[in-house]
Amino acid sequence: MGILARGDDSVEILKIKGLKKTYGGKTVINGVDLTISRGEVAVVLGPSGCGKTTLLKCVNGLESHQGGVILFNGQPLGEGGLKWTLARQKIGMVFQSYDLFPHMTVLSNVMLGPLRAQKRAKDEVYAQALELLDRVGLSDRRDDYPRQLSGGQKQRIAIVRALCMNPELMLFDEVTASLDPEMVREVLDVMMGLAKRGMTMLIVTHEMEFAKAAADRIIFMDEGVIAEESEAGDFFKSPRTERAKRFLNTFYFD
Amino acid sequence: MPNSGIDALLSVNNLTRLGQGLAVTLKLSIISIAISLALGLIYGIAMTTKNKLLYGLLKLYLEAFRVIPLLVWLFLLFFGGARAFGADTDGFTASVIVFSMWGTVEMGDIIRGAVQSIPACQRLSAEALGMTKARIYRHVIIPQAVRRFTPAAINLVTRMIKTSSLAVFVGVTEILRVGKQIIEFNMMKNPMASFWIYAFIFVVYFIICYPVSRLSKRLEAKWEY
Repeated sequence: MGILARGDDSVEILKIKGLKKTYGGKTVINGVDLTISRGEVAVVLGPSGCGKTTLLKCVNGLESHQGGVILFNGQPLGEGGLKWTLARQKIGMVFQSYDLFPHMTVLSNVMLGPLRAQKRAKDEVYAQALELLDRVGLSDRRDDYPRQLSGGQKQRIAIVRALCMNPELMLFDEVTASLDPEMVREVLDVMMGLAKRGMTMLIVTHEMEFAKAAADRIIFMDEGVIAEESEAGDFFKSPRTERAKRFLNTFYFD
Repeated sequence: MPNSGIDALLSVNNLTRLGQGLAVTLKLSIISIAISLALGLIYGIAMTTKNKLLYGLLKLYLEAFRVIPLLVWLFLLFFGGARAFGADTDGFTASVIVFSMWGTVEMGDIIRGAVQSIPACQRLSAEALGMTKARIYRHVIIPQAVRRFTPAAINLVTRMIKTSSLAVFVGVTEILRVGKQIIEFNMMKNPMASFWIYAFIFVVYFIICYPVSRLSKRLEAKWEY
């Protein structure tokens, strides 16, 4: 299914060097260096406005960057490098607001990218779409329209829509942030399943318990820079920086 | 039995003439609507421009048709145009031009609204799938915009059919003018003719426009999501 087994950790799938992003005169990302290995699950944490969503959107070119380079499998992305439309076919993204296409059935939503962007054969895409829908427990909803689904179901479909492109890297941007609490779990379970299958993932989330359980590495961002980067276990037990400590403390009650 | 005056309507000759008038009404409407659709598409997409000058000009054009009565436009072109430029436009052509100019801005405004009502995140999530701009338009933006556009556009079609009756003032022999001619011809011997003829035209307009209006309502309900 294109999901590679977690193998050679030395293989860099994504390398970001000196990334800078400005809006008008405001600097949102101020020199970020980050390397993600194949099969790695990296969770980006940080206070709101720290630039984590922008970082994700820079990786697949939904936001332009003003400085630095992004290498995907060693190839620079964007102008002069791999075209964004091609890069995005290998870098899947799931958004906070699901953004399914309301005029299409679940199945059409899932099949649109593979058929229209990747121009793959219909039979093959159909079989894969059904298999993926089945994996998230929603194959019986394939002919429904998004309006007939709950938030958690929509988000699982959005994940399947991205997966059906056979991405090598998945970006998750606060995908549970607008869900009712009882629906958060079903979405996180799907993501845990992906992690176990060896999918390379870059995840922005505020779900600390999930981050602890799923992440290989925590990237803590603050004010447009990476303030701390640690093994997941270390980060939650003993954060090295004051800023990370303060951030973690906001999640606990005495 | 006293003369109800309905024979003014029931004479074969008069019915044939009313039918011919109706044909002119429909021809005038259909040509204007077709031109408005085609040019409205261009106008509507141009309205989404970020160029302030172009937008200002297009907006001025739109407002000019919103605030100045269509009849004034029609007179300006038909009578004023003939005097000022020696342009010898016949009433039908003048009507087509004015109705199309008006229809274009109204249709364009509906198209602009429909395209702009698609949330930006729809485009974003399609982009994230690696689709090209053209394909995003074809598969994501336009299908959704059409659903929002169609009911309002059909509504405009009924308004254009109704408004085509203004052509009577520049000598176009459409259904209303034919009616007037029949009434005037029968003035002395049949004073009730005006009731029957206008009632007939009333019903004709209803029969044409009501189903169109219903269709718009049904599509609106069907495409609600």
